[in-house]
Amino acid sequence: MLGESRLAEIAQRVLREAKADQTEVMVSGNDSHLTRFAVNTIHQNVSETDVTVRVRSILGRKTGVASGNELALDTLHRLVRSAETAAGFQEENPESGSLPGPAPAQKVDAYIERTADYAPAERAHGVEKILKMSRKNGLDAAGAFSTEALETYIANSRGVSAYHRGTVASIVTVIMGRDSSGYASAASIDVDDLDPEAMGRIAVEKALSSKNPTPIEPGEYTVILEEAAVGDMLFFLGWMGLGALSVQEGRSFMNDKFGQRITGENVTIWDDGSDPRGLPLPFDFEGVPKQRVTLIENGVAKNVVYDTFTAGREKGKASTGHSLPAPNTAGPIPLNLFMAPGTASKEEMLASTKRGIWVTRFHYTNILHPVQTILTGMTRDGTYLIENGKIVRPLRNLRFTQSILEAFSNIESLGKDLVLLKDEWNSLGTCAPAAKIRNFRFTGTTD
Amino acid sequence: MRDYTHRALNQAQAKGATYADIRIVRRETQTLEVKNGVVQTLSLGDTYGFGIRVVADGAWGFASSHRLESGEIDRVASLAVAIAKASALSKSADVDLGPAERHEDTYKTPMKIDPFEVSLEKKIDYLLRADKEARSVKGVRVVEGTLGFERNHKVFASTEGSYIEQTLTESGAGIVVMAVSEGEMQQRSYPNSFGRHQGTGGYEFIETWDLPGNARRVAEEAVALLSAPQCPSGVTSIILDGPQLGLQVHESCGHPIELDRVFGTEAAYAGTSFLTPEKYRNFRYGSDIVNIVSDAVTPGGLGTYGYDDEGVPAQTTDIVKNGQFVGYLTSRETASQLRKIRPEAPARSNAAMRADGWNRIPIIRMNNVSLMPGPWTLDDLIADTDDGIYMITNKSWSIDDKRLNFQFGTELAYEIKKGKLGRIVKNATYTGMTPKFWAGCDAICNKDHWHVWGTPNCGKGQPGQVAHTGHGAAPARFRDVQVGVMKG
Repeated sequence: MLGESRLAEIAQRVLREAKADQTEVMVSGNDSHLTRFAVNTIHQNVSETDVTVRVRSILGRKTGVASGNELALDTLHRLVRSAETAAGFQEENPESGSLPGPAPAQKVDAYIERTADYAPAERAHGVEKILKMSRKNGLDAAGAFSTEALETYIANSRGVSAYHRGTVASIVTVIMGRDSSGYASAASIDVDDLDPEAMGRIAVEKALSSKNPTPIEPGEYTVILEEAAVGDMLFFLGWMGLGALSVQEGRSFMNDKFGQRITGENVTIWDDGSDPRGLPLPFDFEGVPKQRVTLIENGVAKNVVYDTFTAGREKGKASTGHSLPAPNTAGPIPLNLFMAPGTASKEEMLASTKRGIWVTRFHYTNILHPVQTILTGMTRDGTYLIENGKIVRPLRNLRFTQSILEAFSNIESLGKDLVLLKDEWNSLGTCAPAAKIRNFRFTGTTD
Repeated sequence: MRDYTHRALNQAQAKGATYADIRIVRRETQTLEVKNGVVQTLSLGDTYGFGIRVVADGAWGFASSHRLESGEIDRVASLAVAIAKASALSKSADVDLGPAERHEDTYKTPMKIDPFEVSLEKKIDYLLRADKEARSVKGVRVVEGTLGFERNHKVFASTEGSYIEQTLTESGAGIVVMAVSEGEMQQRSYPNSFGRHQGTGGYEFIETWDLPGNARRVAEEAVALLSAPQCPSGVTSIILDGPQLGLQVHESCGHPIELDRVFGTEAAYAGTSFLTPEKYRNFRYGSDIVNIVSDAVTPGGLGTYGYDDEGVPAQTTDIVKNGQFVGYLTSRETASQLRKIRPEAPARSNAAMRADGWNRIPIIRMNNVSLMPGPWTLDDLIADTDDGIYMITNKSWSIDDKRLNFQFGTELAYEIKKGKLGRIVKNATYTGMTPKFWAGCDAICNKDHWHVWGTPNCGKGQPGQVAHTGHGAAPARFRDVQVGVMKG
């Protein structure tokens, strides 16, 4: 990690070199380490140090972008010229507006020294605790233990200057038997919050209890979805229609629904980039402070998130601080989603279920119809039949084909715990509770 | 460059590595996106760095950095060895790489027109013309056109004496048209979904696919889908077009033959495989007419290269022969592992190890995994089908962690009645179990319909890696398939 002053120095050098009407620069760095294990052994163990400089140049109503990861002065000079050259080749975009001006972002303390300095041998020792439990029970453990330090500095020629640094630690494990498997995951900014032993215990217990699964007829069932499965649905909901561009293009499930009930009353969803329960990033990729935006409140469609471009298209709107690296064709997206918890424990949900299916998590979820919010995917790593308030037997994995809004209209109860779920592909997190849902639709099964 | 590679390999060995390799990679990218008549993205990317992979104390270590400097090379080589020694704390056996690989060579993607030399104006004009054609169709709401170019310059050197330089160039193009009505959104993509179709080669690839000449047609199809009836539900025959069949091969054959998945090393994220070692050369994967080949040598394929990222020469491997499962995609280490339990398996890797840039460790990735053509023409195949659905261009995909239960959706579909294409239907889906599905394959179109379709978005690994893979396919027919899973 280069630190705030070095990143600021790089950014200011870029801005001094710039000749465009307006210029934005993003400098981001990472030190990332990951220990991966499978078949009860560490098989991949990797480390990466990188920095990326991204320049957006605006000439009138034309925009060009160039990025690189070399910091020599002549390379930075070439980078600025490349962005300006690209802008020069553009056609005028009549809707192109100004870069945002400065606004103070809330500082969020999300950097833990211990996480940043965690050594390969410490990760290996943590992994070994999981492997020992797996071996002892005649199972095979797989997973990854990662620690990462990240920093981002965004500045523009209108005076924006924003810096954030943070750490992320996460463990994911899948422990497998001959015909069974169990799963556990945890993430935090502080590596000492993670308890590999507890995670190993959960995954081992599931791998043992899901042995000899039997099939069940597909159909509509009451389900108890653990937090990872609910988080999966929440993530897709954000991408499918909680950004302003999808509404402006008429392809969001929120279109013509603002102020109307779209889910059950017990559903409230918001985005908050500063909440330390998630993985905070207090400003967006234009350096605009992230606002807490209520998206669905007590089942009623309330708001979507904006960036500078989409806000400029609507009278009276301002960016809510949800830009992706601009310009992009996806538009603004809520990247720090929260779903309000309920009051039930998972044990209470189970006890109140006459007949249903317990789902640990989903696998390979994908969108079938974005306006109808229909997803398909498989269950994985612990699927069980519930009868008369008890888990009675493990099931073969099932395929679901289900509208999220329909499922969120059928929520009987929500878990009292909010769990942070780190995305596999980046350092963003969704916070979701468990949920008990009626009439959840399964359309297939597997061996 | 050899000074750097020597330094890295020497430092790694001095710190205790028994094997080491270094890859120095520069990746240049150029992306142009036009949306609704406006150039939204004109982005130039350049990333440069190196990754050092070592075996020490019988275990793997990998470290990488963006600073190619002597001191940093020493630090990263030492870190890679320290990481390997930490890995050794939980090893069950020493890494066995099998026979040594020593090659000195260079490879460059063959091409006619260097895409990085073509002016940006020409590229923008191409996209704007396609965009205009698509938006001339009433009812179209969003049009997105993309051109993407990528060049990877790679140097590979190993302590076994290899030194290989490769320059791989890719070109890609695509257009997506969305039509919207109340509560409904339908889209059509050309030539393929995932934003673009891509191959190795130069700008001639872009010209071949002629986005402006096809944009109006796909726009009309998107609008027609808005008022089309829902795909019926039931068990019937389906004909898949080349791009959809390419993805079917990718998901239900390409992934389960990755030997790292088979041995469980991708279990936590991507999953495992139903094609376990006892099935090797002993399992009927599909009907007699199903022949699937893995290769990294077909000109223009997105999975075409000279050497993989372990320095093993590109080659061709039979995967499914006359319906029988006969081959895996392998690395040096997994080839050795397989041979210990199946001595008839080849001793050497078939060159399927690739890394997503300098900062990722190589893992087994598909190259071009292709279904070989049969004797049919598409017209004859449709005429031979009494009742069924013809499904075109992927829209949705999902498959279980062993690669058995799958469900796909396509953008466009036509009913087939008495040997003729009938009405358009929307939201077409089909689902099945892999071996049963391939057992139902009873007709494959000929080489005139066969093309290597590019999949530029294949995710695998932790940390995540995106691979570019190719899949040769011609339209084919499958019997007794469940279609229409989505409620109307």
